[in-house]
Amino acid sequence: MNVEDPVRFVDERLGATSGLRKLMRYVFPDHWSFMLGEIALYAFIVLIGTGIFLAFYYSPSDAETVYRGSYAPLQGLGMTEAYRSTVHLSLDVPGGLLLRQTHHWAANIFIASILFHMVRILFTGAFRKPRELNYLVGVTMLMLAVLEGFAGYSLPDDLLSGMGLVIAYAVALSIPFVGPSLAVLIWDGEYPGGSDFWDRLFTLHILILPLVIATLIGLHLAMIMRQHHTQFPGKRRTEKQLEGTPMWPAYALRSTGLLFLVVGVLFLLGGLIQINPIWEWGPFEVYRSTNGAQPDWYLGWLIGGLREMPPLEIHFGSYTVVPNPFWGGAAFPLVAFGILYVFPLIDRRFFSRKGKSHNLLDRPRDNPRRSAFIVAFLSWVAIPFVAGAVDRVFFRLTIPYTAEVWFFRILSLVGPFIVYAIARRIFEDLRRRDPHPLRGWNGRIVRRTPTGGFETLGATDGRATTTVAEHPEETVAE
Amino acid sequence: MRRWGRRIRIVVAVLCAGLAVVSVSGHSFTSRAATPSTAPAAGTRSQAQLERAGRQLFVEGCSSCHGMDARGVSGRGPSLRGVGAVSADFYLRTHRMPLENGSEEPVRRPQTFYTEQQIRALDAYVGSFGGPPIPKVDPASGNVAQGQALFTDNCAGCHQIVARGGIVPGAFIPDLEDSKPIDVAEAVKVGPYVMPKFTHLDQQDVNDIARYVQQIHDPEDRGGWGIGHIGPVPEGMVTFLLAMAALILGIRIIGERTTE
Amino acid sequence: MSDPKRGGFRDWLLASVVVRLLRRVPAPKEEGRHVPLRPGEPPPTVERELPATAGSERLTLAALGLTVLGAAGFMVFYVAFPDTQLLGLCLGLAFVFAAVACIVAGKKLVPQEKVLEEYHEFGDPERQLEVAEMVRRGGDGISRRKMLLGAAGAAGGTVGVAATFPLASLGPRVDDILHETPWKSGRRVVDAEGKPLTADDVKEEEFRTGFPEGASQHELGSPIILVRLPLDEIEVPPDRKAKMPEGIIGFSKICTHAGCAISMYRYPTFSDTQPAPALVCPCHYSTFDVRRGGEVIFGPAGRSLPILPLRLNDARELVADGDFFGNVGPSWSGVRQEGGKT
Repeated sequence: MNVEDPVRFVDERLGATSGLRKLMRYVFPDHWSFMLGEIALYAFIVLIGTGIFLAFYYSPSDAETVYRGSYAPLQGLGMTEAYRSTVHLSLDVPGGLLLRQTHHWAANIFIASILFHMVRILFTGAFRKPRELNYLVGVTMLMLAVLEGFAGYSLPDDLLSGMGLVIAYAVALSIPFVGPSLAVLIWDGEYPGGSDFWDRLFTLHILILPLVIATLIGLHLAMIMRQHHTQFPGKRRTEKQLEGTPMWPAYALRSTGLLFLVVGVLFLLGGLIQINPIWEWGPFEVYRSTNGAQPDWYLGWLIGGLREMPPLEIHFGSYTVVPNPFWGGAAFPLVAFGILYVFPLIDRRFFSRKGKSHNLLDRPRDNPRRSAFIVAFLSWVAIPFVAGAVDRVFFRLTIPYTAEVWFFRILSLVGPFIVYAIARRIFEDLRRRDPHPLRGWNGRIVRRTPTGGFETLGATDGRATTTVAEHPEETVAE
Repeated sequence: MRRWGRRIRIVVAVLCAGLAVVSVSGHSFTSRAATPSTAPAAGTRSQAQLERAGRQLFVEGCSSCHGMDARGVSGRGPSLRGVGAVSADFYLRTHRMPLENGSEEPVRRPQTFYTEQQIRALDAYVGSFGGPPIPKVDPASGNVAQGQALFTDNCAGCHQIVARGGIVPGAFIPDLEDSKPIDVAEAVKVGPYVMPKFTHLDQQDVNDIARYVQQIHDPEDRGGWGIGHIGPVPEGMVTFLLAMAALILGIRIIGERTTE
Repeated sequence: MSDPKRGGFRDWLLASVVVRLLRRVPAPKEEGRHVPLRPGEPPPTVERELPATAGSERLTLAALGLTVLGAAGFMVFYVAFPDTQLLGLCLGLAFVFAAVACIVAGKKLVPQEKVLEEYHEFGDPERQLEVAEMVRRGGDGISRRKMLLGAAGAAGGTVGVAATFPLASLGPRVDDILHETPWKSGRRVVDAEGKPLTADDVKEEEFRTGFPEGASQHELGSPIILVRLPLDEIEVPPDRKAKMPEGIIGFSKICTHAGCAISMYRYPTFSDTQPAPALVCPCHYSTFDVRRGGEVIFGPAGRSLPILPLRLNDARELVADGDFFGNVGPSWSGVRQEGGKT
C-alpha cells in the first residue's frame, strides 16, 4: 500500500506533517461516558445532512392553498403552503418521509445526548478550572439546540405546531414591559403574525441557529484540543499527565464506528417508528385545538411548568403587570439556565477548593454535596417535566386531573429538598464504601472495646492519611 | 400481558363486529318502531309488547336511580322523559348503563349486561315518552376529508385529533377506538355525561364524521409503528428508552467501563 | 428432533464467541518511557498490543459485506419500491453494520496503545505582566487617557445601540394592535362557511363557533364560542346580561392564558352528580365558569374569558353590539383586568 505519495502530496503543498503527527498522536482518555458528547456531534451531522434535503422541498409560506395530494383525509381541504409542502414531501416524495422522520429523531437525540453529556460534566466536576469557558459554550449550545428544535417543530404549520407557536407567543407576550414589543417584533404583528414571520422562522432554523451552533461546536472542540480531556484518576493518570488511546488508529476507528452507529440507529428509527405524523394532525387555524397536544420532549418541562402554575399574577390596580405564562414559560427556563451558567461559581463557593486547576475528574460520590445539589436541581426540572407528560398514566388510572395538578404543585415545592437529602445520604454512603483511586479509603474503622464502648482507629491506609491531610475539606466533610 | 391484551382485543373486535351486524338490522327495526310513539296511528302489537317488556326491565334494573316512572330521582339519576330512544340505546349498547354508583362517570365497558332483545325493549320503553328516535348513519356515503374538518372543529378539542381520548377537569374523555358509526351518530344527538350535544350537524355531517372516525381506528401510518398516535410523549419515550439506551450500550462497548 | 441440533449450534456459537473474546495473540509489550517529558517530544507509548486474529478479521469482513448488501438494497428499493420502512431498514442496517466493522476493527484489529501525555500548564505570571505592560504602553504619551477612553466607550455604545435599531422595523408599531379585534357594533356573527348564525342555531347544551362577517378568521380577535344558558342561571350584572340575548353568550374562543383555542364545553347531563358547565382550554386546562361571566375556576389562566356583547336583529340573527368587554387573547403587562375578579 502506497501511503508515502499522498503524504508527500499534502506535505509539499500545505506543510501539514507536523500538524498531522500531532493530530494522529492526540490522546483520548478512554471512558464510555466521554463519548456522550460525540453522539451529539454525530446527531448534528445527521441533522445537517437530512435538513438540506428537507429545505429543498419545504416552502415557508402562509399563502392559502388547497390540498390535492395522495392522502385522502385531507383531500380538498384549505391549508397553508407551509403545511401542504410538508405533507407533500412526507407522502409524495420518494424517501422524503424517511429523511423527515430521521431528521426529527435526530433532533430528539441531539438534545438528549447534549443533556446526558452535560449531566456527566456536572457530576464529575469537569466544568471546573481551567474548563469553565468551554462549559459555558456547552450550556449555550444546549439552549440554542432547544430553540432550534422548537423552530423546526413549528415549521410544518400543522395543528400541533400551531398550538406550540401560540403558546410561545403568549410566553413572549407575558414578559413584563418588553413582552408586547418583543412578540410583535418576532411575529410581525399579533399572532399568527404576518407572512414575513414564516421567512424569519425558516431563516432562523436553517441558517442562523445551525451556523451559530456549528461555530460553537468548532470552538468547543478547539478548546478541548488546547486543554486536553479530563480523565478519571488512576495509576498513571494524574493532574499533570494523561493516559489514553491515541487518535490513530484505534480511536479514529472506534469513533467512526460510533458515527455509523448513530447514523444507523437514526435511520432505523426514521424508517420504522413514526414520528410527528403531521398528515394525521391536520392543518392549524387559530380557532382549532386538540386535547393532549404536547411539545417535543425537550420542552416538556415548560408545558408542565405552565400547567402546574396556580392562577398567580401580579396586578397593579386593575392592570396586569406580570401575566401568568411568564412564570412557567419564561422565568422557569431563565432561572434553570441561569443556575447552569453560574454553576462553576456555585461550585467554587460551596463545593470545591477555590482557584485550583483540575484535570482529574471526581466520581459523583467523591463530592456528595455537589452531586446531591445536581440531583436536586435536575429533579426540580424533572418534576414539571413529568407533570406535563403523565396525563395518560393518570387517565388510565382514573385519577382526576385536579388531584394530579395539586399533587405536582406540592411535589415541585418540596421534592427537590427531599431529593437533596436522600441523594446526599446515598453519595456519602457510597463514598465510605470504597477507596478513592488516589486519595485512598475515606472511611473510619470503629472498634468495639471490651468494655462495650467504641473507639475510632483512623484510616488504615498510610497513603490515605497523608492525602486526607492534604485536603482539609474532605476531612471536614466526614 | 401483552398477548392477553391482544386476545381481549380480538375477542372484543369479534364481538363488536357481531354486534354491528345485529345493530344494523336491529337499528332499522327500532327506528321504524320508534316512530309510532310520536305517531300512534302506526302502532303495532309488537311495539306495545316491546314497551311492556321494556317497562318490566326498567322497573327491575333502572328505577332505583331513574324512578319508577322514569321521572328521575334527585341526586341519583336524571329523568328519562323526552331523552328519546337514542339516549337509552347509546347508554345501554355501549354498556355505560346500568351504573352501579350514580356519582361515577359512565364509561364504555366490554361486558354485556342486557341482551340485544332487552335493549330494544328498553329503547322502546324510554322512547315511548317522546324524544328523538335512534338515528340512521351511513359512513359509506360520508366524505373522509369533510369528516376530518368537522371532527377537528367539533370533536378534537376533547377526544383528541385522532380520537385517542383525553382529559377535562372533572371528567375523563373516552377514546373512540371501539366506537361504531352508530355510536358516533347517537353521541352527537345525546351528548352523554358532560359532552355537549351537536344537533346542528346534519345527516351528511354525521356520515362524514362517522367515516372519519372509522378511518382513524387504523390511521395511515406511513411512517412505521404508530406508537399510540398521541404525539410527542411516546416519541420522547422512544428517544430515551430505545434510542439513547441503544447508543449508550454502544458507547459502553466502545469505551472503557471502569475508572480503575 | 431439531432441538438438540439447534442446541449444539448454539453451544458452538457461544463457545466460539467466548474463545474469540479470550484469545489474544501474545503481543510484544513495549515498555514505555515514563515522565518527565521534554517539551516537543512525542508522547511515550506505555502499552502496545497487536490483537488482530483471523476471527476478528473475518468478523470485520462479514460486517463490511453486510454493509454493502444493505446499501445496495437501499438503492434497489429506492428505485423499485420506495417504501419508507424498507428504505429505513436497509440504510439503517447498512450503517449499523459499518459501525460494527469499525468498532471491531478499532478494538480487535489495529494495534491497541496506551499513550501518556502531559497536560499543558496554563498561566505564566511573567508573561501576564508582560502582556499587561504591552497593553498599557500603547497609551504612552497621552495625557487625558480617562476622558478619551470614556469618549471611545460612549461612541462605541452609541453605534452599538444604533445597530440594533433596524430590529424595530421587523414588526409594525405595537401601539394598538393588541387591542384591536375585527368586531364592531352591527357586525353579524357567521359560521366558518360565512352563513349568519341565528338565535335558534345556538341551543342549550351545545356550542357553536362564530366569526365576524366579512373579516379574517385567522386573527386571535375573530373566533367566538357561543353557548346558551337559561337566563336565570346567568350570574352577571344586569347591564352585562342585557348583552346576552335569550341567554346566548359569546365568549372569545382564545384562552386568556396562552392563547390556545377553547374547544371544550363541559356541560352536564345531570347537574346533581356531574361537574358544572364550563369552557375549558385543552392546552393547560384553564377552566372558565360560563354562568359567572367566564370567571376562572381552575387552571393557570389569570383573567376571565372576554365576552362579546350581542343582540338580535329583526331576522333573529346574532349581531355584535360593540367590541369585547376586556382584551382578547393572552395577557401582557398593561392588559386590563376587565370583569376579571368578581
